[in-house]
Amino acid sequence: MKSKGRDVYMVAGGVTKFSKASPDMDFRLRVKKAFDYAMNDAGLTLADIDGSVASYFSDHFQRQLMAGIMVQDYLGLVPKPSKRIEGGGATGGLAFQAGYEEIASGRMDAVVVYGFETMSHVNTWKGNEFIALASDTNFDYPIGGFYTGYYAMMAVRHMHEFGTTVEQMAKVSVKNHGNAIHNPYAQSPMKITVEDVRKAPMVSYPLTRLDVCAMSDGAAVAILASEDKAFEITDHPVLVKAIGTGTDTMRLSDRPFGEVPLLPNESPSDYKGLKYPGVHSFRAGRMAAKEAYEKAEITDPINDLDLIELHDAYTSSEIQTYEDLGLCKYGEGGQFIDEGKPELKGKIPVNPSGGLLAAGHPVGATGIMQAVFMFWQLQHTIKKHFHDDYLQVPNAKRGLIHSHAGTGTYVTVTIMEAVK
Amino acid sequence: MTINPNAKLPEDESGTIVFSTDPLVIKYHYEIDYIHSYAQDSEFFRALGKHKLMGSKCKKCGYVYATPRAHCMMCGSETEWYELPLKGKVHTFTTCYFSGEEFLNETPFNLIMVEFEGVNSLFMSRLIGADTEDIYIGMPVKAKFRRNQKMNVTDVYFVPDVDK
Repeated sequence: MKSKGRDVYMVAGGVTKFSKASPDMDFRLRVKKAFDYAMNDAGLTLADIDGSVASYFSDHFQRQLMAGIMVQDYLGLVPKPSKRIEGGGATGGLAFQAGYEEIASGRMDAVVVYGFETMSHVNTWKGNEFIALASDTNFDYPIGGFYTGYYAMMAVRHMHEFGTTVEQMAKVSVKNHGNAIHNPYAQSPMKITVEDVRKAPMVSYPLTRLDVCAMSDGAAVAILASEDKAFEITDHPVLVKAIGTGTDTMRLSDRPFGEVPLLPNESPSDYKGLKYPGVHSFRAGRMAAKEAYEKAEITDPINDLDLIELHDAYTSSEIQTYEDLGLCKYGEGGQFIDEGKPELKGKIPVNPSGGLLAAGHPVGATGIMQAVFMFWQLQHTIKKHFHDDYLQVPNAKRGLIHSHAGTGTYVTVTIMEAVK
Repeated sequence: MTINPNAKLPEDESGTIVFSTDPLVIKYHYEIDYIHSYAQDSEFFRALGKHKLMGSKCKKCGYVYATPRAHCMMCGSETEWYELPLKGKVHTFTTCYFSGEEFLNETPFNLIMVEFEGVNSLFMSRLIGADTEDIYIGMPVKAKFRRNQKMNVTDVYFVPDVDK
C-alpha cells in the first residue's frame, strides 16, 4: 500500500492580468504582485512560509538562466528551500504537484508555488520556434515543425476517426472567449461566433487563429499548507484531494496503436476496434485522470465533478481532453460541445475562466492560474476577486484542473474540493 | 606601475537599437553554433544519402519503429536497423501557413505522418506536389531524397505516389 501522505490544502492564490506584452514589469516584479495579492488575502507574512517551488518553462524566453532564484531573492524567500520544475506546457501543473508533495511528505507546512513566463521578449514567430524546440529537435523540429502543425495533424485524425467537425472545435473558442468577458485577468475576452472562428486566418489547417491560444506575459502564485497550518490561516481552505500524472512519447510518430486504459465508467466494448492512442488522443491525459480518480474515489467523472479548468491550448485539444477525462466516451467530444454540456450553465462548466484560449498562456504561470481560479470557485469568492460573480459556478464543491505539455507528453490532473 | 586613474574604455560605434525609452527596451542579439552529434542515430542520417530510410526493429519483441531508437520502448531491449519501405500512406496531414521563424519563408507547407505496411509506428515528414484539398487520409505517398544532403531529416520528403 502506497502511503497517502498528509492532507494538503490550498490557502491563497494570486494572478497578474495576462497580456501580450507588459514590458513595464520584469518577471520578478510580476511574481511579486501575484505573491503579495495571495499573501495579503490570507494574512500571511514571510515567516509563515517554509519554502517554494519555481515554475517556468523556457530559458530561451527569459534569456536568463536561474531565473527562479532571482524570484526567490526578490520575494524575500532566501535562504529557504526552493527548486525549479520544468515540463513544457505542463510546467505549472507539475510545479503545483511538487508543492503538494512538499506538504504531503511532511517536509513543509506552508509552501509557495510561483509561476511565470515573459514571452514578449521575442516576436511570435520566434516564440513558435522556442516552443517547437520542445519537440524532438532531430526528427520533428527541422521539417518546419511547430506546435500548431502537430496539433492540427492530431485534429485531422480525430475528425477522421470520430467525425469531429471544425464547427464543433469553433464552439470551444466561442465558449472560452465568451466566458473571459467576465474574467478581469483574461488577455483576450471576445464575443465571437463560429463563423468568426472559421473566417479567421488559417494557422495550420484546420486550425485558425481563433482555434489557437496566444503568447502571454504573466505570473501566478498558489500557497499550499498542511491541515493544521491551513485552518490556522483561513476558515476556507480548499482541499487538494488527489494528484495524477501521465506521460507519453516525445515524438507523436512513436505513439502506439493499442487499447484504451479504461475508467470505471467505461467497458472494453465501448472501444472495439479503436486503436489507441494513435495520434487522435492523449494517453498521458487519460493516465493522469485515472490515477487522480482512483485516489479521489471518482467513478463517474461527469457527475462526481462540478467544474473543470483544462489545458485548451487548441480548441481541438479541449475536445480531445473531454474524452481523456472521461466526461464522455472517446469519439463523443464533438457531440459533448454540441449539446452544450461544457458551457458555463451546462452540465459541467469547462474553462469558466476562459482557459488558455482566452485567459492566456504564459506557460509557467498557466497551470498555477488554473489552480487559483479553481480555488476561488471552490471558496465561492469569484465575486470578491473578479468584482463580478457571473462566472461563479453555483454549488461548486469539487473541481478538476488539468495541465498539459508537448503533444501530450506530460499531463497532470489535480482534484480540488471545498471543505465546507 | 599599473595604477592609472586616467584609464578609459575605448569608445566604438556599435550602438544599440532602442525600441522604447519608458520602460527602456533594447534589442539584444544572441546566436549559437552547436557541435551537434546524432550519436547512435547517425546511421539514419547517413542512409538518407543512399536513398534509404532506416527504422529500428526490436531484437526481442519484434516491434518495428519508423524512426530510429536504439532501445525498444515496449520491452527495453536492444533494436537492430530495419530498412523501411519507401512507399506508404498518409495517416494524417496539415498545411502550415505559419511556423517558427526558421521556416516562415517556406510557408505554406504540408506536414504528413506516414504509415508503412508492417511497421508499428509512424514517420513525420513534408509532402510536396499536392495542395491541402488534394491530400486525404490513406493517400499513397513515396519517399524522395535530396541530391545534396543537408545532413538533417529534411533530406527525405514525400510526394504523391501515382504509380498505383
